[in-house]
Amino acid sequence: MFDNLSDKLNSAFKKLKGRGTLTEKNIEEGLKQVRMALLEADVNYRVAKKVISDIKERALGQEVMDSLTPGQQVIKIVFDEFTRMMGDSHKGLNLEGRKPAAVMLVGLQGSGKTTTAGKLGLYLRKKGKKPFLVPVDVYRPAAIDQLKKIGKQLDLPVFPSTTDMEPLAICEQAVAMGREKGYDTLILDTAGRLHVDEALMAELQGIRKGVHPSEILLVADAMTGQDAVNIAGSFDETVGLDGIVLTKMDGDARGGAALSIKAVTGKPLKFIGMGEKSTDLEPFHPERMASRILGMGDTLSFIEKAQEAVDIKGAEALEKKLRKNQFTLEDFRDQMASVKKMGSIKDLIGMLPGVNTKQLKDMNIDEREFVRIEAIINSMTPDERRNHGIIKSSRKKRIAKGSGVTVQDVNKLLKSYTQTMKMVKKFNKGGMRSLKNMLPF
Amino acid sequence: MGIFNSLKKGLTKTREILLTDINDLFSPERAIDDDLLEELEEILVMSDLGMDITMEIMEKISKKAKKLKTADELKSILKEELKSLFPQTTSTETETASPVPRVIMVVGVNGTGKTTTLGKLAVKLTGQGQKVLIAAADTFRAAAVEQLQIWANRAQVKMVKHREGADPAAVAFDAVEASMARGIDTLLIDTAGRLHTQKNLMEELKKIKRSVGKRLPGAPHEVLMVLDATTGQNALSQAKLFNDAVGITALALTKLDGTAKGGVVASVAKTMDVPLKYIGVGEGMEDLQDFDATLFVNALFD
Ligand SMILES: Nc1nc2c(ncn2[C@@H]2O[C@H](COP(=O)(O)OP(=O)(O)OP(=O)(O)O)[C@@H](O)[C@H]2O)c(=O)[nH]1
Ligand SMILES: [Mg+2]
Repeated sequence: MFDNLSDKLNSAFKKLKGRGTLTEKNIEEGLKQVRMALLEADVNYRVAKKVISDIKERALGQEVMDSLTPGQQVIKIVFDEFTRMMGDSHKGLNLEGRKPAAVMLVGLQGSGKTTTAGKLGLYLRKKGKKPFLVPVDVYRPAAIDQLKKIGKQLDLPVFPSTTDMEPLAICEQAVAMGREKGYDTLILDTAGRLHVDEALMAELQGIRKGVHPSEILLVADAMTGQDAVNIAGSFDETVGLDGIVLTKMDGDARGGAALSIKAVTGKPLKFIGMGEKSTDLEPFHPERMASRILGMGDTLSFIEKAQEAVDIKGAEALEKKLRKNQFTLEDFRDQMASVKKMGSIKDLIGMLPGVNTKQLKDMNIDEREFVRIEAIINSMTPDERRNHGIIKSSRKKRIAKGSGVTVQDVNKLLKSYTQTMKMVKKFNKGGMRSLKNMLPF
Repeated sequence: MGIFNSLKKGLTKTREILLTDINDLFSPERAIDDDLLEELEEILVMSDLGMDITMEIMEKISKKAKKLKTADELKSILKEELKSLFPQTTSTETETASPVPRVIMVVGVNGTGKTTTLGKLAVKLTGQGQKVLIAAADTFRAAAVEQLQIWANRAQVKMVKHREGADPAAVAFDAVEASMARGIDTLLIDTAGRLHTQKNLMEELKKIKRSVGKRLPGAPHEVLMVLDATTGQNALSQAKLFNDAVGITALALTKLDGTAKGGVVASVAKTMDVPLKYIGVGEGMEDLQDFDATLFVNALFD
């Protein structure tokens, strides 16, 4: 519904120009937009309500900082609150206690437990552990085969479960076998079950009492809707959770379930699943999740990536140029070259807060066009590069010919350059200080 | 257990968890005020209906509410509004003009219940006396073929498969050919789960569809998208991108035996004008029901 919360907030706060104080009245409309964004992102209704009232309390009476628009200020407050809520920087797994330690994966059907079991196996082996995969799902057709095949692919040992065994017996025998063979970490892949299925929930309690796992992780789908609170709440109450793994994060779900689950269980979000490959397991980052839920793009990843690719001195010089609106086509070309090193340009620009995703679509950035754009700019004279205003039709023809493209292509480039400049000017007005750490140039 | 009871079984629990009992909310004595409307909004949002539909319904309801006295009267209006979200299905149409073999391709994101739904459908159709064949076109996920084989055994139908990692389009092509040769009534094609955002995998799906059509013009006759009731608003994006790629003709909603209400399917059905045909209410062979909008809405609000 909303492509970008920042845009919405900025328009909601239009009346509140420049310096001002956030009051009950002027913040109301903005918070409405935040609430809508949260619900659209699948944050649970009650959780959203609570978050909004907390944020309101925090925001009231705050002065709008010089460097920020009121909209940005509210986003900052919301963002900080979310980050705090989803909190705890990544702690990894706690594998203390009796050996072999066991990590038990629980969750609904189809949430991604078996795939996650393989990923965790690989992750633990990289950490120097000796993992042992244990198929405990004796119900779903071919579930045991699935984990056995994954084990084979990854060259990880798998306990030889069969469908006629009791789940608890499997776990106990796997512990014994693990000890005997020197495997230090068991990964128990339990069957998917509904949190309202009393018999199957009791089965999990039995396993918990029988083998005392060091970590019981809820594997939850990032696309989960409002029911996330019921699911996570029930699993936590009946089985007791130590952490959460959020799967299918490589999709386009906003992932409000993360906030709901955290709010209801208070348990740390530990990992995210980013794909079907066994290496696609990443530590959870609260700030990134906060931006994602808010639809703000992945500000932090952006900054990280940008920092990797851009040298500081060059960046400072560029910032000056940008601030004075002296960003020439030459700079445009150079920046494109350094941005290219960072990955997909659309992804990168999309990560910037304040960038309207619709506008982005119109900009039509095609990676393959980089080469062409470079060629076009290279065909210009230095004068033309520094002052694009002088490029009229005869010059366009010459440039097109020199770079082997059509005049239309030259026009397209000039248009996208001027659009970028417009965007930059807008940023300059909005307060360069808040942005200087985010721009790659 | 009928659909109604299966649905209610799960919903009873939700009601216990909800602070407000829905029947309380609609008690004949209760006046229509802002509190009531807010509670109503909460129920709609918590059913995963999404903000567009929720706000639309709330607007309509608030207008009509002025003419009503009690919450009880409001209930039937609300139900009608919700029912009207689902496109009317002409259920006889499928029965009369069914081509032979009728080819149904089952698609959806990972873990929604494609294979299980396909298995249940095979059981259902053979029960109706149809000759069914299954195609194992998920050649990617570990043990997907083994899983499907077990369902084929349960339904006592044959299955066409290639080795793991084979081209799924080739499996589908062979299965269509086999269906034509063996006088099959319905061919069910299982495909690998894939996120709708993965361009190459969506291309693969298109290719499967194309190869089916190449062998039998007009096929597949049904592209059944399986949605998980636990999924929130992302189902809209899923349905849109799958539709763009392969043109969805029907929906199935699974896992309604839990506490999730799957309201987003109403948005999907409405915005894409695709009927919701089946609902999954468990993991057993019989746990597939024909969708009935009246029962569905009743189960939410009674
Ligand atoms: N409770 C319940 N579980 C279901 C239902 N439908 C499917 N499941 C379960 O959900 C899990 C995933 O189902 P599958 O049929 O394997 O899903 P899929 O879409 O084929 O999965 P992939 O092929 O891996 O993408 C299994 O454990 C099923 O038993 C349902 O209606 N209710
Ligand atoms: Mg499957």
